[in-house]
Amino acid sequence: MHATGGAIRPQYRAFSDWLESTPPDKIARKRKEAEGAFHRLGITFAVYGEDSGTERLIPFDIVPRIIPAGEWQTLEQGLKQRVKALNLFLHDIYHGHSILKAGVIPAERVLSNSQYRPEMQGMDVPGGIYAHVAGVDVVRAGEGDYYVLEDNLRVPSGVSYMLENRKMMMRLFPELFATQAIKPVEHYPDLLLETLHAVAPASEDHPEVAVLTPGAYNSAYFEHAFLAQQMGVELVEGQDLFVQNDAVYMRTTRGAQRVHVLYRRVDDDYLDPRAFRADSTLGVPGLFAAYRAGKLTLANAIGTGVADDKSIYPYVPDMIRFYLTEEPILNNVPTWQLHRDDDLSYCLDHLADLVVKEVHGAGGYGMLVGPAASAAERDAFRARIVANPAKYIAQPTLSLSTCPTFTESGLAPRHIDLRPYVLSGRAISLVPGGLTRVALREGSLVVNSSQGGGTKDTWVMAA
Amino acid sequence: MLCRTANELYWMARHIERAENTARLLDVTYRMSLLPYDAVEPGLAWAEPWAVPLITSGLATAFYERFPQLSAESVLRYMILDARNSSSIFCCLRAARESARAVRGAITSEMYEDLNSAWLEMRGQNYDKIQTSGVSEFLGWVKMRSHLFRGVTFGTMLRDEGYHFIRLGTHIERGDNTARILDVKYHTLLPSAAEVGGAVDYYQWGALLRSVSGFESYRKIYSDVITPRRVAELLILRQDMPRSLHSCMNFINETLAVLCDDSSTEIRRASGELHAKLRFARTDDIIRFGLHEYLMEFLDRISDLGDEISSHFLVPTFQDKA
Repeated sequence: MHATGGAIRPQYRAFSDWLESTPPDKIARKRKEAEGAFHRLGITFAVYGEDSGTERLIPFDIVPRIIPAGEWQTLEQGLKQRVKALNLFLHDIYHGHSILKAGVIPAERVLSNSQYRPEMQGMDVPGGIYAHVAGVDVVRAGEGDYYVLEDNLRVPSGVSYMLENRKMMMRLFPELFATQAIKPVEHYPDLLLETLHAVAPASEDHPEVAVLTPGAYNSAYFEHAFLAQQMGVELVEGQDLFVQNDAVYMRTTRGAQRVHVLYRRVDDDYLDPRAFRADSTLGVPGLFAAYRAGKLTLANAIGTGVADDKSIYPYVPDMIRFYLTEEPILNNVPTWQLHRDDDLSYCLDHLADLVVKEVHGAGGYGMLVGPAASAAERDAFRARIVANPAKYIAQPTLSLSTCPTFTESGLAPRHIDLRPYVLSGRAISLVPGGLTRVALREGSLVVNSSQGGGTKDTWVMAA
Repeated sequence: MLCRTANELYWMARHIERAENTARLLDVTYRMSLLPYDAVEPGLAWAEPWAVPLITSGLATAFYERFPQLSAESVLRYMILDARNSSSIFCCLRAARESARAVRGAITSEMYEDLNSAWLEMRGQNYDKIQTSGVSEFLGWVKMRSHLFRGVTFGTMLRDEGYHFIRLGTHIERGDNTARILDVKYHTLLPSAAEVGGAVDYYQWGALLRSVSGFESYRKIYSDVITPRRVAELLILRQDMPRSLHSCMNFINETLAVLCDDSSTEIRRASGELHAKLRFARTDDIIRFGLHEYLMEFLDRISDLGDEISSHFLVPTFQDKA
């Protein structure tokens, strides 16, 4: 909210004025109201490892994160460019391997990656699109300077919080929306449905879309149900589907009904016990055969995980240059790959300044934030790195931007990131905004909800 | 609509209806227990008013496995709060909310919000709190939550298949519950029909009518003393009485007419037959046949109908149907 030197950045001025002129008890009342409403609406996520079925609220902070119009424009262009290249990369590595042949990325990095799916080799998917929904995590470091932290191309979640946070802010503070030109995000479900229709098997004039969920005990179940409802399509579990003659059907009260597009929120491994993990009870036997036969589109496609893997991440700028012959608009965070000896020794020498992540990890688990860790924690992590360096990458800790956030001791700056949702169908589109996550603990850089992060509404200003 | 969705909606409705009927039954039992009957007619079954809700719900055996002693407290704990009694109000609301959560895309957000907040309040209850705020107040709250949910459903939900399965669940459960209430009162509370007429009977039948919100309707229709014959007529045959068997079957029959197609003629037939029996029945014939026998047969039939609905719509097998 504040520029270096303490002046209020222009996009926050109206909000800051409003905050100062609003009595603290009204703010406190509104915050309580928000919490009550989230509980009642059941906007919760399940926490693994605690009592089974525990549902928790993701803490919601009423101070919005505000992005000026110009800054968003650059960000939007950069995101579209990046996702376009990632889809071209996925198509390439499952077809002619030109980027590998050109030596831009070492072939074994891709082909022996555990996320690479040899089953997908040579298979065509509608429009050549693999990552229909991408949740690209970006952070701002310095004025208008955005860095991509991660490209989430498997089943990125959180978009329902983006939508519910906006709804909540409009319910609590309608006056703010009346006096400021904040770009709307509410049409996201329409865009998503349009995207899913666009990638249906070619022969279908009226494709039937459904959302596939692992079920009510999944941590993101609320979101699955929410999106199905907002799009007006069925929310199905594996048990609701069956495959016959390579076509997928839903079990309905009026008999069997075809499904052509599955927006699936089930991981690759669990989709089809015949093709992947045999012990999966979440999937549908024969689903992969239907997919291969071209009678079903899966969004996202199978095998996208190889492109958002942390060992591939360092090559994304080169992908953009290779496929698009353009310079990347968004920065990558400099990354040390610890399978390289030089990088490893640098990392071990500078552990206190670096963030170390597991190559295949996600969700903020299995990472070390050097500056925030104790010497003992660093030593323990050092041992793990030395035991298996190839499992890790390291990045510098960026001076992440902060946003004022309500804490127990009043308003205080907290680190934030942003996950915009990029949709690829007939075209690449995204709504102006995304999910802003905030690290609620002082000094913390970890924003994941599983690690005590909260969320904020994200305002992209119209001008 | 997905079979699983239809199944969850149907059971969501049944569980809410069951919670409401349990509350009704407990409320009337509680009120009766406050009146000094033992002194008036020692030896009457009413001396054990707290056994009534257990017998009505078919839970007496299960209850005595958990509690050695029949008392107001043990029955209230068992029927309201017991997490191991799947028919307790606690479990019914939990099951209804779990069903709603499993298919929350198929109901309106107002419906989910309403049911979820009912559940969150229920979860915060314990015996002491209920005692402090008043047992009747709590039971009234359960009834109101059920009314509210039905109102929200009626007022917000698209008249699609899901709506019809909710309606179906509500009325199958209600028909079943009304028949049970009528049957147990008849047998447990009234040694013989001839004894009708005293103060005890007045309260017993009055209580029965109140438990199905029928006391005022009775007065309006008959403007006369309460007789078991008329109570039976009101609760079995009057189609303008919303909790009567006939009225429930009207709803079920209408709803099935919307849901059924050529593949479900057997369900239509079974429901039509049960409906016709109520529509053309005469009170005297029922009394002559035996009220208990009549109600038992109705319970069997409606349970069969529920099974048919289940195996056709809710959990059918799909063998080469594609």
